[in-house]
Amino acid sequence: MKIVVCIKQVPDTKGGVKFNPDGTLDRAAMLAIMNPDDKAGLEAALRIKEQNGAEVTVLTMGLPKADDVLREALAMGADNAILVTDRVLGGADTWATSTTIAGALRNIDYDLIITGRQAIDGDTAQVGPQIAEHLGLPVISYAEDIKIDGDSVIVKRQYEDRYHMLKAKMPCLITALSELNTPRYMTPGGIFDAYEKEVTVWGRADLKDVDDSNLGLKGSPTKIAKASDKVRKGAGEKVNLDPTESVNYIMSKLTEKHVI
Amino acid sequence: MGLEEYKGVYIYAQQVDNEISSIAYELLGKGKELAADLGTDVTAVLLGSNVKGLCDKLAEYGADKVIVVDDPELETYRTEPYAHALASVINEYKPEIMLVGATAIGRDLGPTVSARVATGLTADCTVLEIGDFPLVAVPGKEDEQKHNQLLMTRPAFGGNTIATIACPDNRPQMATVRPGVMQKIDPIPGAKAEIIEYNPGFTPNNRYVEIQEIVKAVGQVENIMDAKILVSGGRGVGSAENFKMLQDLADALGGMVSCSRAVVENGWLAQDYQVGQTGKTVRPNVYFAIGISGAIQHVAGMEESDIIIAINKDADAPIFDVADYGIVGDLNKIVPALTEAIKANAAAK
Repeated sequence: MKIVVCIKQVPDTKGGVKFNPDGTLDRAAMLAIMNPDDKAGLEAALRIKEQNGAEVTVLTMGLPKADDVLREALAMGADNAILVTDRVLGGADTWATSTTIAGALRNIDYDLIITGRQAIDGDTAQVGPQIAEHLGLPVISYAEDIKIDGDSVIVKRQYEDRYHMLKAKMPCLITALSELNTPRYMTPGGIFDAYEKEVTVWGRADLKDVDDSNLGLKGSPTKIAKASDKVRKGAGEKVNLDPTESVNYIMSKLTEKHVI
Repeated sequence: MGLEEYKGVYIYAQQVDNEISSIAYELLGKGKELAADLGTDVTAVLLGSNVKGLCDKLAEYGADKVIVVDDPELETYRTEPYAHALASVINEYKPEIMLVGATAIGRDLGPTVSARVATGLTADCTVLEIGDFPLVAVPGKEDEQKHNQLLMTRPAFGGNTIATIACPDNRPQMATVRPGVMQKIDPIPGAKAEIIEYNPGFTPNNRYVEIQEIVKAVGQVENIMDAKILVSGGRGVGSAENFKMLQDLADALGGMVSCSRAVVENGWLAQDYQVGQTGKTVRPNVYFAIGISGAIQHVAGMEESDIIIAINKDADAPIFDVADYGIVGDLNKIVPALTEAIKANAAAK
């Protein structure tokens, strides 16, 4: 079987965040990692490869430097890597991004597409289901466990207070949770091989059945009106008293605010 | 498409096991405000099987109209029949705004439907308002500024940034909204809504997945999102045993215990009790942050609380930057004494 894992290079949100003058993210200025949910999705694909036999292709859309996460995926054990990159794709929202990735996927044979549930930069969880919609595939989001059963997948789908065991016929798309597994490390041999392998690079012209009006910043229905570092509520009073006085202080505030 | 054809504020009235989820009422509360600003009304979209009996509840919480799609295919949530139902409602009735809860259902349904009806979707919004886009007209292009737009504000980058998004050229303007952020109205007993029954027809295809098993969490816990008072502990509490101290305080106040991520990682409390970016967003009347340093991811989940009281021995802890009342001191001494004082106060009344 053939599995495509869609991965994203994301800024490590523990570092600082920078913006371009137009309010979009200045990704070039931030430290980059493979998105955690995507990495769990890749690990799931590699385990299916080991147990059932599969060819695993990783695909990303991003700046040329996103080559780094593709090499990392190859070093973990992916067989092929595709980078979709083009200036006209920049500034895309989830609609334009999913349109682009669907356009790239139309060139490839697949039985199963795995994406991460969400990326730690945007936190939207939208691109996976939207790719499935563009390609007319069944989608199972929030996967905690994935098993192959003949021509179908059986997935443990997480909800707030329950889970569903769902069965879908392939081809289908699954969005993976980080809880799915603990991704493996790259091996030294894998790292060496990863830089020997060729990464396929596609641009706008390689996208199939995609209209220009649905790409990049211009093709994005959502527009940023304003973006900024978060302004937080200011600090209130701060006291440093002995324990008894501290208790009296809290009691006076609770009384004043009619809590007690 | 003619954008002016699209009218009215619609909310997705999520139900699970034929019980309306709290988020539906929260969306109605916000939807009513937006509708008032736009001079229009609020419609709840209710999807399910044998759910017509739930319409009056939605009316009591502010729905002017309820569109019901009642079909056996909708008995349990599955992406395809639900997306088909909601997309069909949108195509038939053409709302200008469509709000969906950012729940495990809504974050699957929302993107699927937005792609199907070819519009934008803004995820996990915490603020919704009506305004102009661009916010300030470009000089010389004043006539290009659009009015009465839905401005959708959301945190991103793990709470480090905040962005306000508009969807000026597509309809409906769609958003998923974080649970626990918007306010419900006080229900109006006996309120009635106009009920519209609609069924687009369901033909199972390859996209219909099969539900093999449904496993509900056992020992369903009370939800910290419903608590009026939360006594929340962090790493500084020191051990699972020490949480007894916080539980005693919560009991004395009629509240619940919650925690930061570190506590879950240490195995002191289950994830159901976690507040923050990867946990729940809460806005109780009073939030005690005890031994919580105040990492940005935690603050993102509790900063909308009415009153924040922080107790921490580190005077420089970032939690004090968001606390209304900060107490620098030893929680092991203050918390038990506070519990006793509250009990004594209650006994004296």
